[in-house]
Amino acid sequence: MTSQVDLYQQVILDHNKKPRNFKKLESHTHAAEGFNPLCGDHLWVYLQIAKSPDGADVIHEAAFEGSGCAICKASASMMTMALKGQSPGTAKTLFSEFQSLLKGELNPDTEAHSLGKLKIFSGIWQYPARVKCAALAWHALNGALSNQQTVSTE
Amino acid sequence: MTAASTQKLAVEEIRKDFPILSTTARGRPLVYLDNAATTLKPKSVVEAVQRHLLLGASNVHRGVHYLSEKATADFEASREKVRSFINAREKAEIIFTAGTTAGINLVAHSYGSLLKAGDEIIISAMEHHSNIVPWQMLCERQGLTLRVVPVNDRGELDLTALEQLINQKTRLVAIVAVSNALGTINPIKHIIDLAHSHDVPVLLDAAQAVAHIPLDVQTLDVDFLVFSSHKLFGPTGLGVLYGRRELLDRMPPFLGGGDMIRSVTFAKTTYAELPAKFEAGTPHIAGVIGLGAAIDYVNHVGLAAIAAAEDELLHYGKRCLSEIPGLRMIGTAEHKTSIFGFVLDDIHPHDIGTLLDQEGIAIRAGHHCTQPLMDRFGVPATARASLAFYNTKSEIDSLVQAILKVQRLFA
Ligand SMILES: Cc1ncc(COP(=O)(O)O)c(C=O)c1O
Repeated sequence: MTSQVDLYQQVILDHNKKPRNFKKLESHTHAAEGFNPLCGDHLWVYLQIAKSPDGADVIHEAAFEGSGCAICKASASMMTMALKGQSPGTAKTLFSEFQSLLKGELNPDTEAHSLGKLKIFSGIWQYPARVKCAALAWHALNGALSNQQTVSTE
Repeated sequence: MTAASTQKLAVEEIRKDFPILSTTARGRPLVYLDNAATTLKPKSVVEAVQRHLLLGASNVHRGVHYLSEKATADFEASREKVRSFINAREKAEIIFTAGTTAGINLVAHSYGSLLKAGDEIIISAMEHHSNIVPWQMLCERQGLTLRVVPVNDRGELDLTALEQLINQKTRLVAIVAVSNALGTINPIKHIIDLAHSHDVPVLLDAAQAVAHIPLDVQTLDVDFLVFSSHKLFGPTGLGVLYGRRELLDRMPPFLGGGDMIRSVTFAKTTYAELPAKFEAGTPHIAGVIGLGAAIDYVNHVGLAAIAAAEDELLHYGKRCLSEIPGLRMIGTAEHKTSIFGFVLDDIHPHDIGTLLDQEGIAIRAGHHCTQPLMDRFGVPATARASLAFYNTKSEIDSLVQAILKVQRLFA
């Protein structure tokens, strides 16, 4: 039979149905729009970055809004949860680790990473057509952190 | 024999001609419902291609040796099969191209070069990108204007609007015969007559029509007709452009190179007669031979029987799918082929596509290269099940069960 992983696990279905931090963040300091022309997935990622008492930058709030498939929305929702309280540097590390995960280059069970619950997206590399869906919010995040306003996964 | 009994008699036998139908996908029996993307290939087509490549490979129109003469004869025999299949007056009106897209680009460049700033081209809101973008590029190059016939809520062309759009400046109506996203069968004869009453030629994009409805270019009186071999059970990378001789004769060549010339000197090159004038370079010989075998196959089954079987699938599918709560059909034209475009409440088409794939069911999810049409219906994408005559009612049942399962998962 198949060794296919189950893409649509309960966690993903739940985040799709009740996306967390699903709103426009009026007080954002960074924002970017992500668009996947191939499937029409379209979202905005907002960050509120401020100095913590020790003078380092911290992501106080992360949010998103838009429309897309379940994989796209769940990925965005879980991303916003993972970002809160992190430094922009850590966010960039998460971004690159998540990229490696999506490409099947990082085995979350045997290699060190800080992805936590995000590792649920491992195995999506078996569905090449859907990798972009999971990556969209993260590309928007990367755009926001790099002060790039629009990103496209094309 | 009635259409229904034709189908019941033949379908299990017919399925044996397509070995892929007995394979599995994701560990499940394959249910192939993506025929609008490409049709499956019967064994006879693969065997014809294989025979040529293994035992007859040679260039055409060039050699004096045995193999080349044999390949040329087979190649030209396929052209005759195409001619007869669409009932063109002469073989010279059958141009082999790389596909529907290539055929439309050829016309947009060559016929387009005869047009001037201010002229107008009419297309419709349900065109495939390949019947939009080449015209936009022409308009950009030469200052023409593109006019678009709107589509109603059922996915039918607004013929009154078409009538109003045709004017003194119109130089071409380029319309899809059957919509790949909606399945709508357009009233092509009516459109052609209307355009001709204003002396405007018509190009038909027959990519989705050619394997499903009989097309007779003389009865239709159409000026250009394009289709792809791979949607007619033949190989990919190959297509046909039919053009009325008077027009093709007036048009300059598109691509220059070998085979399309009469004589070449640095001072002056003269061009070959039709169809060679439009067939520069070594053609897709194996593909053309395969297409010939595909046409033999369709003739053997019979296009009328094919259409009847698909009509039965259409009606059965329409009834079954319409009973699914939360399913909205996109494309409910009175006259349509067995293409079902649909969306489900609160479930993205890509999720539907992936989940059906896990059941071994191949459909397409996306915009189907018809983004303006998706905009028209206010959806980013649709799920599309497209059936061919080798599909069965029980495969439609599998589709329905799988859709219900998706809905349960997302409930
Ligand atoms: C209606 C229609 N026109 C044009 C095309 C383009 O055909 P091809 O990609 O074979 O050139 C297609 C194929 O998807 C189609 O369905």
